[in-house]
Amino acid sequence: MYKYDQYDQSIVDARVAEFRDQVERRLAGEITEDQFKPLRLQNGLYLQLHAYMLRVAIPYGTLNSEQMKMLAHIARKYDRDYGHFTTRQNIQYNWIQLDQTPDLLADLASVEMHAIQTSGNCIRNISSDQYAGAAADEVTDPRPWAELLRQWSTFHPEFAHLPRKFKFAVIASEEDRAAMRLHDIGIQLVRNDAGELGARFFVGGGMGRTPMIGPMVRDFVAADDLVSYAEACLRVYNRYGRRDNKYKARIKILVHELGKDEYTRQVEEEFKHIKTLNLDPPKAELERITTFFQDPDYDKSASDDLDLSDPDFAIWVDQNVKTHKQSGYAIANISLKPIGGIPGDATSAQIDVMADLAKEYSFDELRVTHAQNIVLPHVKKSDLYTLWQKLDEAGLATPNLDLISDMIACPGLDYCSLANARSIPVAQKIAQRFSDVGKQKELGELKLKISGCINACGHHHAGHIGILGVDRKGVENYQLSLGGSGAEDVSLAKITGPGFDEDGIVDAVEKATNVYLKEREGDERFVDTYRRVGMAPFKEALYD
Amino acid sequence: MTDIFSLRDDSPVSEAPVSIEEFLGNSNATAVRIEVGEDARQLLPNLDRIAMVEISFPAFTDGRGYSAARVLREAGYDGELRAQGDVLLDQIRYMHRCGFDSFAPEKPLKADQVDAVLKRFDAVYQGTVDGQNPVWNLRHGN
Repeated sequence: MYKYDQYDQSIVDARVAEFRDQVERRLAGEITEDQFKPLRLQNGLYLQLHAYMLRVAIPYGTLNSEQMKMLAHIARKYDRDYGHFTTRQNIQYNWIQLDQTPDLLADLASVEMHAIQTSGNCIRNISSDQYAGAAADEVTDPRPWAELLRQWSTFHPEFAHLPRKFKFAVIASEEDRAAMRLHDIGIQLVRNDAGELGARFFVGGGMGRTPMIGPMVRDFVAADDLVSYAEACLRVYNRYGRRDNKYKARIKILVHELGKDEYTRQVEEEFKHIKTLNLDPPKAELERITTFFQDPDYDKSASDDLDLSDPDFAIWVDQNVKTHKQSGYAIANISLKPIGGIPGDATSAQIDVMADLAKEYSFDELRVTHAQNIVLPHVKKSDLYTLWQKLDEAGLATPNLDLISDMIACPGLDYCSLANARSIPVAQKIAQRFSDVGKQKELGELKLKISGCINACGHHHAGHIGILGVDRKGVENYQLSLGGSGAEDVSLAKITGPGFDEDGIVDAVEKATNVYLKEREGDERFVDTYRRVGMAPFKEALYD
Repeated sequence: MTDIFSLRDDSPVSEAPVSIEEFLGNSNATAVRIEVGEDARQLLPNLDRIAMVEISFPAFTDGRGYSAARVLREAGYDGELRAQGDVLLDQIRYMHRCGFDSFAPEKPLKADQVDAVLKRFDAVYQGTVDGQNPVWNLRHGN
């Protein structure tokens, strides 16, 4: 885990003081709401339907138990005793009072946390692979690179008023667990022929109303050039990205309109110039950061044996536990998708439990995933049974990772001022329809994602099954799409046809899964079958 | 004319700036104005005959002027660099870090507040054109 030094702490403390001053000036009427809006947004504070919503940054989704406990404390002290983990590996609180936010930020700063750039038209929290440092398939731990980018992008003066928000993801495996190519800049760390680490840059991916898969603009950026190259990518965007229409302002539109080759040419030209300015950090800085991400002190003699005689435990292990790079250890996923619950929500009591379990069984470390779950990355296999029992007591042992009820859903019209339709009740009804875990396991890996409006916060374009809520003449209507993926087999889902009402969409999902069960060959997943047979049999079942 | 708030030692240029087009034509002007969307690099061949560049901010949310300012400073321009328009207290620090050293805000700024804003952060994470040494250099004694 990265630890702040006096510089990091002074910057975060100064930000708390600055925001306190800004809130005071707003409450005194010295600045207008229009002028205050971008200030509070760059601090993660949104005005929602009912109250302020505050989003707290969890850089690359990694945190320790003390920080997790602080998240529970904030839920209790400033909110209604729960928090919502987001698809950007952050947490947000829905019922915040403006005048209390400076104190809340001061509490966060006391455990090296903040809400800097969690919204607004700036570089947002850097996301990463939730299995970083534990995955057997990574070429390196991507988090030191993500931390370097976090620092570079924090209060970057040139890029604080971009045409639109800007999201980075950094991964280091062929398997993409972070939807890397659906980010404004996706970085995959790779080794070149000389064995050196570098960054493969994909620019111009994104979801929203015009989903795009980011094309590769450079197959290898050396560590020493990382910051300069990122500066060049951003400067071309800041200068030439569209500002006439907020729906065409993301970098994906610029890259698309210029064409990948012309955008790349401009970036390379800018990079050549910026490289002369000596802006890159010294080599020793990435090395310094990397020292914070060393392997924990594993028991190298730990056994791989696991007693699976308890059938419920065996189901959970089969579904939620993943292979660790260290023998004798495993990666344990905690699902925040209980049947009938709100995807990504956790009570302060549950957050405390997860913090305690991380401390006891996972070298004091937790991760937040973009699928809105929590990971204990380094659990000794011999501790798994006890861990599972304690999770079960807290309602945190739902064995549904990557199954149909492990849905991503945005907050929707229940909270969000942009939404056209509710997401949460639809998610709950679908989960209830498929509540039998045997039925879910029969369907296998099936990523279902629900957005309550065209902005696609619920990643519906990347769902094996995607649902988009729209408003049709004052009535909520849900469009079904199939065949998307945010993983290494990235693809955009295609809409099946006319939408359905709230109950109709639940039936439609079930019909689509029945088509899969009928058509599948061998060990095909839902999305594999869809890709092989195409839309026609699904359409037939849905609309005839 | 709006009051000019300057961080420079010399006094603000009083000459009214001309457009880039006029400047690049047969003009003796030494003050130029860059509108949003115009390419600051057009001025690079003639920086030695410019005493003041004014960069327009029609809305504070339009950040193109930050890049324009850096482009000029990175090319060695050391004359007055003025931000004009929707220039607000909370953007001053970012503007200053990108090379602006004078401000023509539509609504006047209070000197003590500007001073406080500029002093608020004593550490920065990235190098720009303001000469502040980023923490990743300080950490390693550079």
